[in-house]
Amino acid sequence: MAIIIVDNKSYTVDERQNLLAACLGHGLNLPYFCWHPAMGSVGACRQCAVKQFKDDRDQSGRLVMSCMTPATNGTRISIDDPEAKAFRASVIEWLMVNHPHDCPVCDEGGECHLQDMTVMTGHVYRRSRFPKRTHRNQTLGPFIRHEMNRCIQCYRCVRFYRDYAGGRDLNVFGAHDALYFGREQDGTLENEFSGNLVEICPTGVFTDKTFFKHYTRKWDLQAAQSICPHCSLGCNTTAGERSGTLRRMTNRFNSQVNGYFLCDRGRFGYEYVNSEQRIKHPLVRSGSDRTQPGMPEGVPKTLELAADRLRQARGIVGIGSPRASLEANVALRALVGPEQFYQGVDEQECQLLSTILNILRTGPVPSASIHDAEQADAVLVLGPDLLNEAPRLALALLQSIRQQPMERVDDLKIPQWDEAAVRNAVQNRRGPLFMAGYRQTWLHEYATDSYFAAPDDLARLGFAVAGSIGQDAPTVPDLSSEVKDLAQHIAEALTHAKRPLIIAGTGSGSQATIEAAANVAWALHQQGKQPRLSFVLPEANSAGLGLLGGGSLHDAFDAISQGKADTVIVLENDLYRRAEQAKVDAFFDRAHTVIVIDSLEHRTAAYADILLPAATGPESDGTYVNQEGRAQRFYQVFAQNGDVKESWRWLSDLAHATAQDVESGSGVATWRKFDDAVSATATAAPELARMGEVAPSASFRLIGQKFPRQSERCSGRTSLLSHLTMHEPPPPVDEDSPLAFTMEGYRGPLPSPLISQFWAPGWNSIQALNTYQEEVGGPLRDEMPGVRLIEPVATKAPAWFTSIPGAFQPASRQWLLLPLSAVFGSDELSNRSPAIVERIVQPFLSLHPSDGARLSLENQSTIDLALHGTTYRLAIHFESSTPVGTVGLLLVPEVSGVRVPTWIDLCEAIKTERKRRAA
Amino acid sequence: MMNTWLYARNLLVGLWIVFKRTFTKPVTVQYPEERPYLPPRWRGRIVLTRDPDGEERCVACYLCSAACPVDCIALQAADRPEAHDRRYPEFFRINFSRCIYCGMCEEACPTNAIQLIPDFEQSEYARRNLVYEKEDLLISGTGKYHDYNFYRVAGVKTLGKEKGQGVNELPPVDVRSLMP
Amino acid sequence: MIDWSYTAVTIAVILGSCLTLAGMLIWLERRLLGVWQERYGPNRLGPGGCLQSLADMIKIFTKEDWIPPFADKAVFVITPAIVVITALMSFAVVPVAPHFVVADLNVGVLFFLAMSSLAAYSVIIGGWASNNKFAFLGSLRAIAQLLSYEVFMGLSLMGTVLLAGSFNLSDIVEAQRHQWFVIPQFFGFLCFFMAGLAEAHRTPFDMPEAEAELVAGYHSEYSGMKFGMFFVGEYLSILLLSAMTVILFFGGWHGPWLPPAVWFVMKMFGFIVLIILIRATWPRFRFDQLLTFGWKVVMPLALVNLLLTGGIVLWKTGAPELSMLP
Repeated sequence: MAIIIVDNKSYTVDERQNLLAACLGHGLNLPYFCWHPAMGSVGACRQCAVKQFKDDRDQSGRLVMSCMTPATNGTRISIDDPEAKAFRASVIEWLMVNHPHDCPVCDEGGECHLQDMTVMTGHVYRRSRFPKRTHRNQTLGPFIRHEMNRCIQCYRCVRFYRDYAGGRDLNVFGAHDALYFGREQDGTLENEFSGNLVEICPTGVFTDKTFFKHYTRKWDLQAAQSICPHCSLGCNTTAGERSGTLRRMTNRFNSQVNGYFLCDRGRFGYEYVNSEQRIKHPLVRSGSDRTQPGMPEGVPKTLELAADRLRQARGIVGIGSPRASLEANVALRALVGPEQFYQGVDEQECQLLSTILNILRTGPVPSASIHDAEQADAVLVLGPDLLNEAPRLALALLQSIRQQPMERVDDLKIPQWDEAAVRNAVQNRRGPLFMAGYRQTWLHEYATDSYFAAPDDLARLGFAVAGSIGQDAPTVPDLSSEVKDLAQHIAEALTHAKRPLIIAGTGSGSQATIEAAANVAWALHQQGKQPRLSFVLPEANSAGLGLLGGGSLHDAFDAISQGKADTVIVLENDLYRRAEQAKVDAFFDRAHTVIVIDSLEHRTAAYADILLPAATGPESDGTYVNQEGRAQRFYQVFAQNGDVKESWRWLSDLAHATAQDVESGSGVATWRKFDDAVSATATAAPELARMGEVAPSASFRLIGQKFPRQSERCSGRTSLLSHLTMHEPPPPVDEDSPLAFTMEGYRGPLPSPLISQFWAPGWNSIQALNTYQEEVGGPLRDEMPGVRLIEPVATKAPAWFTSIPGAFQPASRQWLLLPLSAVFGSDELSNRSPAIVERIVQPFLSLHPSDGARLSLENQSTIDLALHGTTYRLAIHFESSTPVGTVGLLLVPEVSGVRVPTWIDLCEAIKTERKRRAA
Repeated sequence: MMNTWLYARNLLVGLWIVFKRTFTKPVTVQYPEERPYLPPRWRGRIVLTRDPDGEERCVACYLCSAACPVDCIALQAADRPEAHDRRYPEFFRINFSRCIYCGMCEEACPTNAIQLIPDFEQSEYARRNLVYEKEDLLISGTGKYHDYNFYRVAGVKTLGKEKGQGVNELPPVDVRSLMP
Repeated sequence: MIDWSYTAVTIAVILGSCLTLAGMLIWLERRLLGVWQERYGPNRLGPGGCLQSLADMIKIFTKEDWIPPFADKAVFVITPAIVVITALMSFAVVPVAPHFVVADLNVGVLFFLAMSSLAAYSVIIGGWASNNKFAFLGSLRAIAQLLSYEVFMGLSLMGTVLLAGSFNLSDIVEAQRHQWFVIPQFFGFLCFFMAGLAEAHRTPFDMPEAEAELVAGYHSEYSGMKFGMFFVGEYLSILLLSAMTVILFFGGWHGPWLPPAVWFVMKMFGFIVLIILIRATWPRFRFDQLLTFGWKVVMPLALVNLLLTGGIVLWKTGAPELSMLP
C-alpha cells in the first residue's frame, strides 16, 4: 500500500498500480483514452496528464501522463492544476479538430467515452475553421459497423485485436495524421472476439451492427443481468430490451468469469429471442394424427387438456434439457418423479458428464474459472477445440501464455501495467501452452507445442504425461519415441509451473481424454503443485443437469418402448439434435401424448400434441451451472409477450391442473414464485444446497425499495403505448426477483447481480465500470460472482484411471467420423440469430491429404454422404491436422442430426457418389 | 402601537387600491372573437420539419425523447437503403395529452427537425385524438430554420453524398499514400 | 297565534331567495374578482354571464357521485347536508323586514350562534371522514380556528344585546331606529365581522381550505354535488354573515324612502361586496398568526368592549336594586 497526495488530499492506493488507475479507483474524474484496465498503459493519447510535484515545497511541478507514472509512496500530484487542465482541454480540442459532427446518428452516442471525456474537460466549441479529414469506411461483416471518420487514434482497437485477442486481420495503416484502423481490404473481421471492439473503442468507429438494426439509446434500454446460454462457460452479459424486443447483449464484468470480454457468439447470438420462429401461443393437436398441425388454444383450456392426458397416462417420461434453467429441470423432475426424469442427452454425453462430475467431486483438484485460466502459467489442452467450443476460455489462454514471461518483467522491475515496456521485455517469449487435438486453429500459433491425433492417441499422450509426473501413475507402455519425448517435455513444463491448468472436454466424445486429464492433474497435485482442471462441457447448463442426474435419452426411449410409460414431457429440448432421426421418430410414434415446452419451433416441437410456449433466458429468471460448477443467476429482462411463460411455471401449472383430482406428491404444484423454485432446487441435489446464495432473493430490498431495470432517463413512458391505449397501464409486477420493470426504485451501491447497467455520473460509457470496482480492474463492490457448487474435499487423489486405450489404428475402409465444432453454427440457440447465420459456413468433411489421396478425392470437391439414412452434401477439405484414418465433420445446422463420433464407410459413400454422377 | 396602525392603514389602502381597479379596462383578449398575435417562436403544437432538399430532418437520435420531462415522445430508429442511407424514425409519436409545451425537445434537437409552432388550438373530445403519429407531425417545409441540413455537415455518407463531399470536409484520405 | 300560511310563504321566499342568491353569488364573486384583477370573469353564458352558475349546477349535478373507497361512507355522505342545513336554519331567525321572518324567536341571537357552532362540526367530520391527509390537516386547522372564533363571535355581539336589551333579532333591529349600533359598538362590529369571516372560512381566514397548501382542505375528497353543497354552504354563510352584520350593527331594514326589504338587501350586498373585495386584496394569515390574533387581540378587544358597554348601560340606567338580582 502506498499513500499518494492528490490535490492536497491523501489517498491509500496499491503501489503496483499506475496513478491513473489509482485516481479512478478513488472516484476521481480523470479523463483518459488509450489506457484500459485489462490492456495496460501505452501513453499514446496524452489525455490523462496531471501535474506532479517533487515535494510540498515544489510549486511549479511538471506535467506527467498519469497512466505512465507509478503510484509510489508519497507521490504528490494535482488533477485540478490549471496548467494540467488546460493541457487536457487542448488534447481534446485537437482530437475534435477532425471528429465529425455526427453524434445524432452515431450508435455510440449516449454511451461514448469520447463524449464523456469532452464534457469532463470542458471543451464545448470547435475553434478550428479548417476542413475536416475524412476516411472511407469498410464493410466488416455482419457484426461490426465501421465509421472511420470518428477515430481519435488511441490504438485501443489494434491493441485489443492483435495483442490481446490474437487477431491478424485488423491493423493500422497510413502515416502522420491520416492513420487508418481497419482491414487491408473490405471483409469480415475473422477474430472470434471482434465484438469487443464495440466496447473497446472509446468512440463510434466500431459499433454493433445487430444493434444498429433496432437501435435504441443506452438510457432507454431496460436491462438486467443475463448469463450467456451459448456455451458452457457461463459468461455474464447485460441484456438490453425495449418495447418487447431484445436490442443487444453487452459484456458484463464478473471478475471470476468473463472479466471485460465476451466472444462474438455470446454478443451477437441473442437475436433468437426476437426470432419469427418463436412459439407465442399454446398449440394443441386434437386428433392422434401427427401430420395435422396443432391449433392455437387458450391457456386454461390447454392446461385442462394437458392435465386430462397426464391423468390418463400410464406413465410419464420427463426429458430435461442442458439448455433449460436448473429450476425448470427440477420442476420437471418434481412433476414426473426422479425415476421418470431423464437428462435429455445421449448415453455417451451422460457418461462423460458423470465422469467429469465425479472427478471434480472426489478428486483433490479444483475446477478452474476463466480468471484462474488467465492466471495459469502452464496449460495442457487435451482434446477440446477451445476456439470453437468455449471461445472465451481460448482468450484466457492467450493471456495465460504471458504469465511466465511476466516473471522476467518483474525481475526487470517493469510494472506490469506498462504495456509497451512489457512487450519490449517479453519479445516473443511465451509461457508453456500445449495443445493436443485433432483440428488446427489459429490458436495453435500461440502454442509451445501442438499434437494432432485421434482422441485415443490424445488420451495416451495425457496418460503418458501423467505417468512421467506421478509416482505410481499408470504409464503407457508402447509409445512412439516422439510422443514419449513430447510427453516428457509437457511433464517438465507442467511441473515447473506454479499454477498449471489441464483442460479437457466432452467435445470429442472421448472418455479416455477426460480420464487422462484427471490423471495429469492428480499427478501434479501429488507433486505439491496447485493444478486446476477445466472441462469444456457441451451446453450452458450441462453441469447443472449432471448434478441432478437421471437416465440418458436412450433410457427414456427404452421406457417408452418397453411400455412403462406412454406420455412424454419434453423440456426445452430438440431430441433430433441428440439421437438418430429413426430412433426419435419411433419414440414419438410409440408415445401416446407428447407435451413439449420450448421457445423456438423445431422438429421436436412439430411433433408435440400439446406445445407450450416457453420463455427464453432474457424473459425468465433462472440459474445455470457452468463448466466450472459455478451456479449463476440470470434475471428476467422484460415481460413476456403472448402466452409465453417460464418453463418451471408451465410445469407448476401442469402439476396444479393435474393435481385437482389426484393427490400429487410433488410440491411443484405449489410453486408460485421463483423463490419457491429456488428453495425446491436447493434440496434437489446435495451440491445444490447453496442455491439460495447465488443471488439476492425476491424479497431483498434496500430502504424498502426494489431495484429498477430502467435507467433514470428512460424515455417515452407516456407515449410508447399511447397508440394502443391512453390509460398508461401500470408496469408489470415482478414477484420473482428484487428487480422492477420501472425506472423507480433504489439507486446506489448494489449487489452485483442487481445492477441493471453500469453507469455513473459523467461516465455514460462502459468505462463507468471503474466506479463499480473496489480497485480498478478488480472485483466489483458487493460482487456476487456466482457460487462454486463443487469444491474439492479430498486431499489425496483417488485411484488412478488405468483404462489406457490402445493406439488408434486406421481401418482400411472405415473412417472415424469426429465432430468439429463451429463457433458459429454448433450452438442451437445462436443459430437462430440472423447475424450468426451469416457467419455459418457450409458443412464440410476434413480429411488428411494422404487419406484424400487414398480415396482419390480432390481438395474442395463435394461428395454426398449417407449417414443414418440421410444424405448430406458435403465439401471436402484437406487438412494436415486431421489425423490419418479419421474425418472431421463440421457441426453446423445442416448436419445437426448426425451422431458423432462414429465409424463410417467413406469408400462406399464415394462409390455411390461416382455412380450417381455417371448416371 | 405605531406598527399596528401602519398595518391597519396598509390593509385599508390595499382595499382601496384594489377597489379602484373597478374603473379600469380589462386586459383580457376576447379569444376566439379576437385573435392574439403569436410570435414565431411561440411554443405551441410540435411539428417535424424537412431539410431544404425536402428530406425528413429527423435522424431518430432519441435526444428529444430523452429531454422530454413528461416522457411523451416515443420513436424507433430505422435505417432503410431507400431512405437515402439515412437514419430516420420508423415511428414517431407524441402524446399531446401529456405534452407541456416546454420546448425542451426543440432545444435538444441537433438537426432542427422538431419545432414548436404558434398553434395552440388542439382541443379534442377524445384523448386518443391527441396522440400524433409521424404522418400527423411531419410537415413539408423547413419551419423556422430554412438553411440547415444536418447531413451536409455530418461526416457520414448518404446516398448522393460520398465521404468528403460535405461542407468543410477534405476528400477521403488515401491510406496508401505516404506523402506528408 | 301563528299564521301558518304566512309562515309557509315566508319560508318559501327566504329559502328560495337564499339558494338563488347563493348561486348568483358564485357568479358575482367570480365577476367581481375579475373586475378587480383587470379581466372579465365568466361573461359568456346569459347576459353578462349571469347563467354561469346554472351551467355549473347542471354540470355538478351530472357528475359522477364518487365516494372514495377509503372514506367513512356514512359520515362522508351526511356532512355536506349538515353544512347546508345549518346555514339555512340560521336564516329562520333573520328578519328581512318587519314581521318578515320565519321564526321570530326570543332567543334569535342564541339560535344563530348555536347553528354556526353546529356548522363547525360539518367541517371537522367531513375532513375526518375523507381519510385524506390534506382533508385531515384542513379539519385540524378548522377545529382550532372555529372553536376560537366562536368565542369572540358570541362575546362581540353581546354588546348589541345589552344595548337592545333583548335576544330577539327584530327587537335588536327595532332598537336601531335612531342610531345604528355600529356607532356605539364599533369594536363589537369589528370583532363580529372578523369572527364571521373566520366562521365562513373566508380570506384572510380561509386556513381550513387553503388551496395553495392543502389542495382544498377538508373537502379535498368531495366531488360532484357533494362538493357543490360545500360550495353553496360557503356562500350561504357569506349571505348569513352579511345579513347578521346588517341586523346587528347597521340597522337592519331601517332606511328612508325605500321599502324596508330593499334597504336590507342593499345593505347586505354592500357587505357581500366588501367580503369579496377583501378576498381580492388580502393575503391569508399564517396559522399561528391567526390564533395569536384571535386570542391576543380580538378576544381582549371583545371583552373590553363588553365590559365598557355593560358599564355604560349600568351607568345610564342606574344600578339594579339588589333585590332584583337572582
